[in-house]
Amino acid sequence: MKLRVSEAHVVPVGVYIAVFLALLALTAATTAAAFHDLGPLNNVVALGIAVLKATLVVLFFMHVRYGTRLIPLVVAAGLFWLVILIALSLTDYWTRGWLGVPGR
Amino acid sequence: MHADAASSAAAVAASGHAGAARAHHFDSPVQQREAATLGMWVFLVTEIMFFGGLFLAYVIYRSTFPHAFAAASHELDIVLGTTNTAVLIASSLTMALAVRSAQLGRRLSVILCLILTMALGAVFLGIKAYEYHHKFVEGLVPGAGFHFPGPEAPHAAMFFCLYFGLTGLHALHMIVGEGVLTVMLVMGAKGRFGPQYHNPIECAGLYWHFVDIVWIFLFPLLYLIGRHG
Repeated sequence: MKLRVSEAHVVPVGVYIAVFLALLALTAATTAAAFHDLGPLNNVVALGIAVLKATLVVLFFMHVRYGTRLIPLVVAAGLFWLVILIALSLTDYWTRGWLGVPGR
Repeated sequence: MHADAASSAAAVAASGHAGAARAHHFDSPVQQREAATLGMWVFLVTEIMFFGGLFLAYVIYRSTFPHAFAAASHELDIVLGTTNTAVLIASSLTMALAVRSAQLGRRLSVILCLILTMALGAVFLGIKAYEYHHKFVEGLVPGAGFHFPGPEAPHAAMFFCLYFGLTGLHALHMIVGEGVLTVMLVMGAKGRFGPQYHNPIECAGLYWHFVDIVWIFLFPLLYLIGRHG
């Protein structure tokens, strides 16, 4: 049987270096931002930068940008379950003080 | 590979390309590669949920005891934390380059990049061990010897429970990763990887980058909270 010859997408070294430098810059930015009092925005900035860094790693280092469409779907499905885990749990914990509970 | 040695050898012979081992139940190297990548991602999704539970515990306790968590976070060394973040990001770069070298069939480059990745991983674990030792000496390990000034000591202990649980589990993943990369190093040195067959090192790379991503979230959550206060 003749094998279908198709080679994997080879990402240029320059792209990897650019992502690496962006990740270092974002690390410096998140550390610097932590020393400034931005109120509740501190959490937003820290998590926003972490999500941005993770996205860069997933898209380029982990080749999700270059593979089949099925992989982004699996990743999105996984994150969706994580959101369910965290969001639904917090609807409980963060709202317990809102209403008085009879008998307590 | 999953197939027996005979059919693997036959696949190599049929393709006429060294390092193009195709298991008999796949139609093409492309299909085999996509199946391997998909399987690895399904595993990584279970890992996301695994760490997700601990992240949830962190969110709940931190929102319950915000001041104790900020005070306890101050005890962590931000310089070591930032350095380790940079070290791990650099190891992800060398890992990505190792996979790229495997795709191109550059054996020497694969070996060099993998050794660099493993060395950077070892530096990370070394710094982590130094931090753990320091916390132990300072009496910040939850248990009988735990010392923390102020009335919020039990809540600070909760922070350190989560700190050691999360970073310990992450370090365990790093140690497993070092083992996986050792196997990849042996395979790479034997010239098993080429343009058509590099699934093992691709999957090992996915694992290594995932562990990097876990740290990308651990670093701000554990080291950077309430730094300005």
